[in-house]
Amino acid sequence: MLRGAWVVTALGKLDGQLKHLSDAHGSDALAELDLSELERMDTTGAYLADRALRSFAPSSPEIIGAEPEALDLLHQARVLATQEEHAPPVHEEGHGFVDLLERTGRGAEHLWHESLETLSFLGGTLVALSAAILRPAKMRWTALVAVMEDAGLDAVPIIAFLSFFVGMVVAFIGATTLSQFGATIFVVELVGFGVLRELGGVLVAIIIAGRTNSAFTAQIGAMKMRQEVDAMQTLGLDPMQVIVAPRVLAMMIMVPVLTFIGMLTAIAGGMAVGWLVLDINPTVFFNRLQDNVPINQFWIGMSKAPIFGLAIALIGCRQGLEVGGSVQSLGHHTTKSVVQALFAIIVIDALFAIFYMEMGL
Amino acid sequence: MTELAIKVRGLRTAYDTHIVHEHLDLDMRKGEVLGVIGPSGAGKSVLLRAIIGLKQPSAGEVHVFGEDVIHLQSADHAALQRLWGIMFQDGALFSNLTVRENVMVPMKEHTDLPLPLMKELADQKIRMSGLETWAGRKYPSDLSGGMRKRAALARALALDPPLLFLDEPTAGLDPITAAGFDQLIRDLQKSLGLTVFLVTHDVDTLAVTCDRIAVLGEKRILAIGTMDELRRKPHPWIQEYFGGPRGRGAIMGAG
Repeated sequence: MLRGAWVVTALGKLDGQLKHLSDAHGSDALAELDLSELERMDTTGAYLADRALRSFAPSSPEIIGAEPEALDLLHQARVLATQEEHAPPVHEEGHGFVDLLERTGRGAEHLWHESLETLSFLGGTLVALSAAILRPAKMRWTALVAVMEDAGLDAVPIIAFLSFFVGMVVAFIGATTLSQFGATIFVVELVGFGVLRELGGVLVAIIIAGRTNSAFTAQIGAMKMRQEVDAMQTLGLDPMQVIVAPRVLAMMIMVPVLTFIGMLTAIAGGMAVGWLVLDINPTVFFNRLQDNVPINQFWIGMSKAPIFGLAIALIGCRQGLEVGGSVQSLGHHTTKSVVQALFAIIVIDALFAIFYMEMGL
Repeated sequence: MTELAIKVRGLRTAYDTHIVHEHLDLDMRKGEVLGVIGPSGAGKSVLLRAIIGLKQPSAGEVHVFGEDVIHLQSADHAALQRLWGIMFQDGALFSNLTVRENVMVPMKEHTDLPLPLMKELADQKIRMSGLETWAGRKYPSDLSGGMRKRAALARALALDPPLLFLDEPTAGLDPITAAGFDQLIRDLQKSLGLTVFLVTHDVDTLAVTCDRIAVLGEKRILAIGTMDELRRKPHPWIQEYFGGPRGRGAIMGAG
């Protein structure tokens, strides 16, 4: 006899009791099931009742006093629950030491492929860019300017602000250390060399990697998820031309500009500390900067900027185009894009350092 | 007069300056399947969103099972949410969960069922919506569009809600699958006494499943009634809708 409302919200406790009904009483203990006092039943209730009935197999208890709706539900539950499955075969993952070796191997292979893919993407981008240079009409100038504004102009405040503070920090470090020797005036050289040669460029590149790179990946990834990229291809538009080329070119133009702004504000930060804390007059600061910091330090710093811009845009676009159908993959590739960009910036900077050192600059 | 499941009075919704509905009244009885049709852009989906409280109307009242949806406290709103299941146009499955986990989300949120039973029930709902059990282990992005729709229906049915909102359930399905879907909705409606609010473009679905049909247009409900009643309305859009080749075919098929 089933009583009351057999609905989803009320059945939590019944589950365990029903499960062991046939074990406790033997498989032919239930002869009939009386549903005449049942108030309400939903598909959850029907599933539970049917499961209890099935547990008495092979004997099939008779159902009496049931409304036709309830019988329908019970019948439906039986049909569905006993439905055969035609699952496609699943690849089982192994465990243990062999699996570890396998995963390590796969990881190494993946790394190798990733580098190859990035290089081939670089090649594809260069082809698209050179096509655009040979035939300027094919370049998406509107997109280019839009990206330049979005990723370049709009980033000026944050770049200027952070660079100013980093310049101050460098000057402070110099002030505390150099004052022990009474040589605080060398703060000028410290700020000059440090900011121009290394810090200005790397700092800007890192900010852009966090700010713009992730935006590129998310934008392109969302386009990929909504099949906009597929649509583009079928309409005869080359995603390399339409999406990648304007972004790469814009970044190669804007990162040097931002680096220049970053250098200026960083030196201003150093100068502010010198003036307010160390009593180095701005005129003295500038004279000393001109005399003792050669201009080629500035060019060394600036020469890296377009390469940073290229690397950042490339990685951002490539990861965006790699995004699959799910939200997770979007998050995964956005993370990957920022991490790879930061990695690339540091490695490129180190390579440049070695290169310029060998050249004796 | 039977009890009302949904009562909309003087509804006005707008996106900035674009007014979607104005002075819209709608009554929906308990236990009926109401089809909502109208030209593209007439605000069918917006009406659905206004009724379930996703779109704040700028004027008017919406009552679901006698509760004022717009001014409901959050606790009461949660109780009301247990009474309806919603299937969105493109499924809106959580893409970081498998299909089975998707179906289990409302169960976890609103019931205290033990986990193994929840899994069994989720599998049962998945089979109920016409998928096979293995589909439950897949992620939504691994499934085809039609399968995603079925999975979304399974999630909407997870709690056996008395009120079901379906936004274009058969759009993009092949005719055979769509017919199966119509039959499924009809069967469920019959055995569970569901009230179904069905937004659709599919004349066949209307003919097979709906008790009454509401025509949305000119920012309000143009007409509401059974298919035969609507066919006698002189409004040109309604005439064209049911009198066109597709409409005639569907009516003949159903008759």
